[in-house]
Amino acid sequence: MDWYYVEGILILSGINLLAVLGLSLLTGFTGLFSFGHAGFMAIGAYTTAFCTMTLGLNFYLALVIGGLMAGIMSLIIGKLTLNLKGDYFIIATLGFGEAIRLILDNMQYFGGARGWPGITNHTSLMNVIVINIIGIVILVNIISSKHGRNMKAIREEEMASNIIGIDVFKYKLKSLWISAMYAGVSGGLLAHYIGFLQPKMFQMIKSTELTIIVIFGGLGSVTGSVIGAIALTALPEVLRNVKEWRLVIYGATVVLIMITRPQGLMGGKEFRPIQYLKKWFGKKNKPTAEQEV
Amino acid sequence: MLKIRDLNVHYGGIHALRGVDIDVEAGQIVSIIGSNGAGKSTLLNAICSVVKTSKGTVEFKNKTLPKQINKIVEMGISQVPEGRLIFANLTVKDNLMMGAYLRKDKIQIQKDLENVYGLFPRLLERKEQMAGTLSGGEQQMLAMGRGLMSDPDLILLDEPSLGLAPLLVNTIFEIILNIKKMNKTILLVEQNAYKALSIADVGYVLEQGTIVKKGLASELIKDPVIQEAYLGKKKV
Repeated sequence: MDWYYVEGILILSGINLLAVLGLSLLTGFTGLFSFGHAGFMAIGAYTTAFCTMTLGLNFYLALVIGGLMAGIMSLIIGKLTLNLKGDYFIIATLGFGEAIRLILDNMQYFGGARGWPGITNHTSLMNVIVINIIGIVILVNIISSKHGRNMKAIREEEMASNIIGIDVFKYKLKSLWISAMYAGVSGGLLAHYIGFLQPKMFQMIKSTELTIIVIFGGLGSVTGSVIGAIALTALPEVLRNVKEWRLVIYGATVVLIMITRPQGLMGGKEFRPIQYLKKWFGKKNKPTAEQEV
Repeated sequence: MLKIRDLNVHYGGIHALRGVDIDVEAGQIVSIIGSNGAGKSTLLNAICSVVKTSKGTVEFKNKTLPKQINKIVEMGISQVPEGRLIFANLTVKDNLMMGAYLRKDKIQIQKDLENVYGLFPRLLERKEQMAGTLSGGEQQMLAMGRGLMSDPDLILLDEPSLGLAPLLVNTIFEIILNIKKMNKTILLVEQNAYKALSIADVGYVLEQGTIVKKGLASELIKDPVIQEAYLGKKKV
């Protein structure tokens, strides 16, 4: 195995991870399932590519614009659909994701279904890692802030959150907005790594993959999402030498994990190395954010 | 304090509330009794804008209530919902603190927490326990305690006796009387008509979405028609 190959897997894991982190906030911490996040990734990817290729903007500025664009779309779609309950919201997101793909399929300006080749390569392992670290730090801060607590309250008991005075709709919208921006940036990174964009890359199967990773890693756990994203992106590659059986093994692994650990790999818990160290060396633990309330 | 005029609610084709008028004066306990499906819970949900009203107004302290529940809580109304809806994965204390979500005055919150523990000594015993492991009666107490923690002027109680043992029902109603003594106004919706009327100042009888009778609770409880329909006494 040469380094170039390993690097590629790591970059793809990182790109997936960024989208998964956003989805983790929405699904794991707010309790809303989405099957349309590939749509937000597509918006981010095409916007970023448009900014760098056509407008000639700086790559990082383009990433921010791509994220914001996905965020704006999520606000519009959220306003319309977040009042829907449970399953209906999932169906609405599914419809949204597919609609975005079909619109892109028919936009000849971006190459339509034939795709958009020749996008310059800007994504490297270095900037993927840095962006992911920034993403994780922001996410952890959101989760331990007042906003994150409100989102968790909504996940636990929506009606009760409402009657103690939490603006449920607003926080659901915030959660969707943030997760869409993560997906948008992730899409931008993907476009500038592969160098070629095609609406087919953002099919429903992509959205499903992201949701599977979040559930596999454990709902309500950031570290779970990180482990899940790396494991499930790398697994099909590791299994390449078993040829056509690899997708069978991939599927079987996911099913097996879900049977033996229905709460996911981490299941709502976080891996906090610093706290473990303090425990081992007999220092007193600082109370975590949840316990402080 | 609370003034409901000509309130109408439709669930699709079903006309659940048909022009309900209710007045709640400050410091009173007002009980609304009625059988299953009379529209009692719909009425409370309509006040809190959980369900959409098709016609009519609800005024609180001479102001029309906003359409968002969280704004309604800010105005000083707190709902204790049917079936409790507590946060099962939080401790009892955290559940109570969630009730004070909109408040900033830490000292007063602490005092109110003491008061709630005073009202419900059982909650003090179990304050570090997960709320999901409490018994039904304790969960009801917790939901009421949480309702009090937002320091409301008006408390809406939806079926506090639901699914509780008769002895616990008595305790809950005694506590409701104690809450009244804390200068709170209470709007109580109950199936247990006798209990609800015996602690109330004013009573309303709701039947198929309309108020068929209203009056002082002490008089309603003696009313032969009501006795026959709700209190289980046969005509002599």
